[in-house]
Amino acid sequence: MSAVLADMPETESSKPVAPATTKAIAPSTGGRPWTFYVLATLFAAYVIALYGPMFCIYILSFQDIRGGLVFPMKGHSLHWFVDLFTQARTGDVKGSFDRSIKLAVIVTIITVVVSFLAGLGFRRRFRGDTFVFYMMIGSLVAPGLVLGLGTGLLFQALGLDAAWYTSALGAQLSWTLPFGVLVMFAVMSRFNHVWEEAAYDLGASRWQSIRLVMIPVLAPGLVAVALFGFTLSYDEFARSLQTAGSLNTLPLEIWSMTLNVTSPSLYALGTVTTIVSFIVIGASLGTIVLLQKKRGSRAKG
Amino acid sequence: MQPSQNPSRANLAGWLYVSPLVLVLVPFFVAPILVVLAASFFATDGFGGLTPGFTLASYFEVLHSALTLKLYLATIKFTVLTWAFTLIIGFFVAYFLVFHVRNQLLAIGLFLLCTVPFWTSNIIRMISWIPLLGKEGLINQALLATGVIRQPLEVLLFSDLAVVIAYVHQLTIFMIVPIFNSMARIDKKLIEAAIDAGASRFDIMRLIVVPMSKSGIALGTIFVVSIVMGDFFVVKVMSGGGSASVVSAFYEDVGVLQYPTAAASAVLLTLVLVAIISLILRTVDIRQEITR
Repeated sequence: MSAVLADMPETESSKPVAPATTKAIAPSTGGRPWTFYVLATLFAAYVIALYGPMFCIYILSFQDIRGGLVFPMKGHSLHWFVDLFTQARTGDVKGSFDRSIKLAVIVTIITVVVSFLAGLGFRRRFRGDTFVFYMMIGSLVAPGLVLGLGTGLLFQALGLDAAWYTSALGAQLSWTLPFGVLVMFAVMSRFNHVWEEAAYDLGASRWQSIRLVMIPVLAPGLVAVALFGFTLSYDEFARSLQTAGSLNTLPLEIWSMTLNVTSPSLYALGTVTTIVSFIVIGASLGTIVLLQKKRGSRAKG
Repeated sequence: MQPSQNPSRANLAGWLYVSPLVLVLVPFFVAPILVVLAASFFATDGFGGLTPGFTLASYFEVLHSALTLKLYLATIKFTVLTWAFTLIIGFFVAYFLVFHVRNQLLAIGLFLLCTVPFWTSNIIRMISWIPLLGKEGLINQALLATGVIRQPLEVLLFSDLAVVIAYVHQLTIFMIVPIFNSMARIDKKLIEAAIDAGASRFDIMRLIVVPMSKSGIALGTIFVVSIVMGDFFVVKVMSGGGSASVVSAFYEDVGVLQYPTAAASAVLLTLVLVAIISLILRTVDIRQEITR
């Protein structure tokens, strides 16, 4: 995902019209090879399978009080959304929603700053860099539940209380930071070092070159890192399970609902959290496009 | 590149930049792993209390249990099936986007379309199969209506099939992205040259596209294998409790406060995972690949 987000500048500013002929695998005789139609069908089927089920639950969450977990749709109302936020039996949805958003914001800020710095550090080899790199990969692939349990036991052993803003925050960072740094790698590999050198030649200090050259140039990539940080934290489940303490985050709330709520309330919660995700994704992608546009027009004029 | 270039200063600068990362990973990755490792050697009173010590009892218990083998076989079955399906679908979706979509902006748009669900809740995406696969779900309704079946199929939901469907649904993106990235780097002139030299479609696939996408396939494989092997949630919910995996058994152990057994099983799983991933890493320099 990252690389393509970072790719957008080149496609938008430097190549206004993509040459069509070099793309096709077949000699450009105009017609499409039969494989095109087969693969286009596969692609369409994949996208339908990707989104189809999600749209089913969005639709079913708008049933009225008779509604069940399957089609056909029984009436239309916002009953299950009201139910979600007012009924005690569905748990503390409001509170967990609130905590999840706060936690995701904190995780996002830390992820952007730490990933950016690590991205700067990994540009040059230094003694022990491979060790840090593999530590990060290890943190990424380790089973989340096991890490969560380890963190929980560690806090217990140290006599600290597990809470969403301490242990769960750290546990989530062990998941979002590797992603953030990997995205930074993709972003950095497209950064032209000439700009930085020019800044030094003009007498900029290291901090000035970061603040005045790197951050503005890398801004779209940093937005992409933020997108990863926010959504991965907001949806994180396995690592939070043993570390969130007594107060749930939203995915933990959904998990307990899947075990004991069998009404469309569950779907309503799915719709609400997906709307939040879509707003965040839309805002991030919009910001990236806007930054590119601004840059494109400045470069031209 | 930068003014100061003596090696010890470069080392210092490097460590300064990555120190925040290290300061998070040491307490929240290295330390928890060590805690789990330590707990696997401890004794327990059965009520969640741990007695520091050194005993291999938990390992004997895990290794001598017939259940362990069953759990690993089940986990490997899910891993292999998921890997195969995500690889096939991911490879051809990436291939379609890179080689068949001629407009580059459209290709990026379609690519983003594939990635958007990655940024939404996995749990919700999994639950969303219920209205489709359930006994009274859409698929059964459709099959009944068309007369293909007379009784609703019960294997659709809460079965191993449902588990694999949910995995493939969630994880194909992890194949698409790295394979797309390596395919996008293939010089199209190379393929035109091959066509001019008389290569068939199959030859191009076998001799150019597949070898040059290898690193992407390896990266995708690492993601898919480590996620499936570390998962407990999908297995628990989508199998309806009928199937178990190594980590879902771990989850049950933790639930009944059997920390040392759970920890021993987690250590074993980690070793297996490390072995598989290092095997994959021997075929590709992942760092070279990512930073390129």
